[in-house]
Amino acid sequence: MLILSISSVSFVFLIGIGLYLRTAPLFEEHTLLSLFRGSNWAPSKNQFGFYPFIMGTLSVTLIAIVVALPLCLLTAIYLTEYAKPGIRKVMLPLMNILAGIPPVIYGVWGIFFVVPIVREYIAPQFMEYSSGYTVLTGGVVLAVMIFPILVSIVSEVLSTIPKELKDASLSLGATKWETIKKVVVKRALPGIVAAMVLAVSRAFGETIAVLMVCGNVPVAPTSVFDGGYPLPALIANNFGEMMSIPLYDSALMFAALLLFVIIFLFNLISRIILNRIEHKYSS
Amino acid sequence: MGIKRRKAEETIFKILMVMACLIVGSSLFLIVGTIVVKGVPYLTWDMVSKAPQGGFYIGKEGGVLNAIIGSLYVAGGATVLGLLISIPISIYLNIYLKGGSLLSKSAKLAYDVLFGIPSIVYGAFAFSIMIWLGVRASLLGGVIAVTLLIIPILVRTLDEVIATVPRELKHAALSLGATRWETARVILRQIKPGIYTAVLLSFGRGIGDVAAVLFTAGFSDNIPIYIDEPAATLPLAIFFQLSSPIPEVQGRAYASALILTLIILVIVIVSHILATKHKHKL
Repeated sequence: MLILSISSVSFVFLIGIGLYLRTAPLFEEHTLLSLFRGSNWAPSKNQFGFYPFIMGTLSVTLIAIVVALPLCLLTAIYLTEYAKPGIRKVMLPLMNILAGIPPVIYGVWGIFFVVPIVREYIAPQFMEYSSGYTVLTGGVVLAVMIFPILVSIVSEVLSTIPKELKDASLSLGATKWETIKKVVVKRALPGIVAAMVLAVSRAFGETIAVLMVCGNVPVAPTSVFDGGYPLPALIANNFGEMMSIPLYDSALMFAALLLFVIIFLFNLISRIILNRIEHKYSS
Repeated sequence: MGIKRRKAEETIFKILMVMACLIVGSSLFLIVGTIVVKGVPYLTWDMVSKAPQGGFYIGKEGGVLNAIIGSLYVAGGATVLGLLISIPISIYLNIYLKGGSLLSKSAKLAYDVLFGIPSIVYGAFAFSIMIWLGVRASLLGGVIAVTLLIIPILVRTLDEVIATVPRELKHAALSLGATRWETARVILRQIKPGIYTAVLLSFGRGIGDVAAVLFTAGFSDNIPIYIDEPAATLPLAIFFQLSSPIPEVQGRAYASALILTLIILVIVIVSHILATKHKHKL
């Protein structure tokens, strides 16, 4: 059991090392900088520019967080401060179910619900034609996927704020909303940031749902109505054919390594913050 | 600022909050609703009772039984394997180690982090292990990848459940002269419903995931019999059928999506009921 436990800790590093070893051949011919900045993706010509994919990932993630964060913050505040316990009892299980819905189902929903809305109603306001398969669509689908994480973690963090603090603010004549704005949210800020970082890393690594609605155009998007091609989609789409071209599999493993390193750091930081909050209030 | 303006601000934000809550809450119904509306017209008995027949992918006879069975095998195998690994780990971390020890702290942090690693990374990693071991895309490969994916879920859930067991129980058992192993058995009996919840959660995650099985389990029209055969999985079947230009095949993708959604809903609801029951007992 000791061995199992220790090996589970080292497993985190094992993934990193394993992916690095498979990526290593790529570094013999390309520098890290050229991989990040290159915008040509032509594996058969030994060109591996990751710039479009990095931009694709960043834009869908950014859109997702911009859409989801205000909605989820307001929801979490409502649930912890204003709502009757009954509403909380309904909403939190709903969030659990939402978290359990598989990514591919989100993708199907994206195709039939979000894509037509973007194509028929939103995009025509700004341009002549859009297929609907855009980074905006991907961002909206991702936003819904991160609702559960954001709502449940932020609600948890908000509920750790001591009642005395709120009472003190209320007794000084602040309205409930002012108390929330200036005391509760301020106090909960580290936890809210941690929840946001967790949600970002979830959005970062999401593969299939984004792949289905993003258009998969290997060009860095310049507007929200452009198609995009996030890193995870790149890995998923090309894994079948990579074996025949030299360095192709190393390049895809590099994409996986990149995702791993970023998400590892994000998760580590936010978990440490969240653990600290939990400790402070449990002891 | 006058009190009126301050009150008005509160009212505005209250309205915004209720709206946000409605949007967030309704998203689940929108998703499930869309899948039901799209899927029901195409859902036939053949879909769940037959494997693809000749010409299935140009719209002829057959169903997705191969993918349903494949998914059940992959998720089931991974859950069993995952339990065998994660139960000893969570017992060790919670009963053998003291709460504040470095190993238990770092292990818990490690699982929190592993929980956040996306399934595509697990898929890529499992795929490299498979190349290294010389295993080709098969049921076994899929089980390995999904096991890696669900171990963090299992350990974290078990950990939470064990934490709900009153500490006195552990102390009472130990003080009566029980060894730690015997104490662990007492606690395991206490958390049985919690184990079921953990199993359902990870099974649901395993059955719904695509990115981990994409390169590791392969795809096949046959129902897998041996562990080294490639196996279709339900989410992948949805994905493939959806990208077909033929309307009948696309229709089957909707029906398959409905089947998967129903499986997941049943799993989540049952595990929720189990979890609340457990909470009431304590």
